Amino acid sequence: MADLTQLYDAILNGDHKTAVAVTKQALADGAVAMDLITNYMSPAMDEVGRRFECEEYFVPELLLSGRAMKGALELLQPLLAASGATPAGRVVIGTVKGDLHDIGKNLVASMLEGAGFEVYDLGADVAPEKFVAAVREREAGLVCLSALLTVTMPAMRDVVDALKAAGLRDRVRILVGGAPVTPEFASEIGADAYAENASVAVARARQLTT
Amino acid sequence: MSKKSLAISDPTSLVFGVAPHPVRCGFELKIGSGEVYPELNFTLPTLTISEDLWPTVLTHYRTIASDVLRRALALQVPGIVLEFELLPAMTERPEWGAEITSLLHDQMKASWQKSGLRSALRVTPTDIREQGKPPILRKSDPVRRLLRSFQLNAAAGAHILSIESVGGKEIHDRALMYGDVRGMVFALGVLAPRDMAWLWEQITAICRAHGAAIAGGDSACAFANTAMQLAHQHLLPEVLAAVVRAMGAARSLVAFEHGAVGPSKDCAYEGPVIKVITGCPISMEGKSAACAHFSPVGNVAGAMCDLWSNESVQNIRLLSGNAPEVFTEVLAYDCRLMNEAAKHGGALTLRNWLVASDEWLSPQAAVLSPDATIEIANAIVGASGD
Repeated sequence: MADLTQLYDAILNGDHKTAVAVTKQALADGAVAMDLITNYMSPAMDEVGRRFECEEYFVPELLLSGRAMKGALELLQPLLAASGATPAGRVVIGTVKGDLHDIGKNLVASMLEGAGFEVYDLGADVAPEKFVAAVREREAGLVCLSALLTVTMPAMRDVVDALKAAGLRDRVRILVGGAPVTPEFASEIGADAYAENASVAVARARQLTT
Repeated sequence: MSKKSLAISDPTSLVFGVAPHPVRCGFELKIGSGEVYPELNFTLPTLTISEDLWPTVLTHYRTIASDVLRRALALQVPGIVLEFELLPAMTERPEWGAEITSLLHDQMKASWQKSGLRSALRVTPTDIREQGKPPILRKSDPVRRLLRSFQLNAAAGAHILSIESVGGKEIHDRALMYGDVRGMVFALGVLAPRDMAWLWEQITAICRAHGAAIAGGDSACAFANTAMQLAHQHLLPEVLAAVVRAMGAARSLVAFEHGAVGPSKDCAYEGPVIKVITGCPISMEGKSAACAHFSPVGNVAGAMCDLWSNESVQNIRLLSGNAPEVFTEVLAYDCRLMNEAAKHGGALTLRNWLVASDEWLSPQAAVLSPDATIEIANAIVGASGD
């Protein structure tokens, strides 16, 4: 049997190659997928989160750990699906129409993926109807909207309104963020939550999808 | 790298207000010839830019120009630059941007003719080319709109043309987030310079064709300022942000190798390296740009500037007036102090205080010190090959 503490260490250290190799070996040795997640992978990501919160880790460490986690998870997913397990949540994310700023949005998307969400990134300058189509097509439970310009903040309201008009608002939660966006603005346009940074966005996403 | 020596090699000659190659532009403004001038940048409050609301948009810009010029005259500034940084919709529809340029130009001209206020108008179209994945940077509808925006704005009265170009950003964003320095070097050292060489040939040709406009400069904003903001949020190490800033200097220099003459862009904190290598004047922003974003370089950024900017402020009401005119006053007093120090032979002393007050508190500030600036510049001009 593979030394499974290596799986924990590989995820903690962002070592994708080792995480995948140890997972493969563990499965070949007859390990149960859910046990790997519960006993090694999730605790490793919890430790990554703790180190990030106390500023011992920065985003690169967080993302590399997330990538290692994702690599191992991809091997387990067919087994999990067969046993009826589901991902943490399905998310559609994008920067709203008229706004080309996307690094904050990209960061949130990457961190959501690392946290086990299934993420559909629509990019930047995304029209409301594209959000509507993606929510419908992907059966997403959460929409994340980003804006960096004061003049594109109204486009967030357009997305909320478009989801209402399409009859989808009741089955999707909406999370907004970006430098000029405030909790008051989020409430005013009818979003469900506001996140001031990427790590808070992941925490809010977890709250909104459970 | 076409330049093999420094225009300023002695750190004590690297001070605010003085550049070896000053530029003349606009309404009798000479930048880099001894005085620091405010560069006021402004934007709209929360507002949808649409056909219906276009008259409201125009009213905002008309009011901003009127307020700012009135306050500048009241404070007897020796000169001022206004920067109109186009919003994406105003570049997507080039006629919109040019209409605002024209109205700003006309008010500055009237102020010059009536009251003798020397001024210049910098116009910065948005780099709208990065809309698809992968971005199409040379031949696409957004490219055609962007170049048309430069042409129409030059014709409408822009005196200085600039851009914050995004070639290589797609690769750099990912590299930055993963701490992949090789990826950053490839984006900043290969992809961005190739794009800038092409883009700045177009911009300088437009300037030549229109006569009255000069090619200002580019900014590594999409690269190094992104790193600075992520470091501020403790998402990236500050040292990495400082390294990206230093690497960004080699990138932004490419504009000057292809016809830019300055003043460089305010958000190009790598400006001092540009000034040292090219001798061209630079615009910088620091403490008086706190209205737009945080920076750990509020004082040191002013130590070597030729224009001093607020980066951007919304046209919203404050107690003493609208925010753009308020920040005109803030910048005017900053510049007045620098110019007074220079008049009495105290420029170097004030510069050193500006540097010393920041440089030991942040690696991002340390990398902007005159000594570090000269060292980085020497490394760039000393590099072999292109």
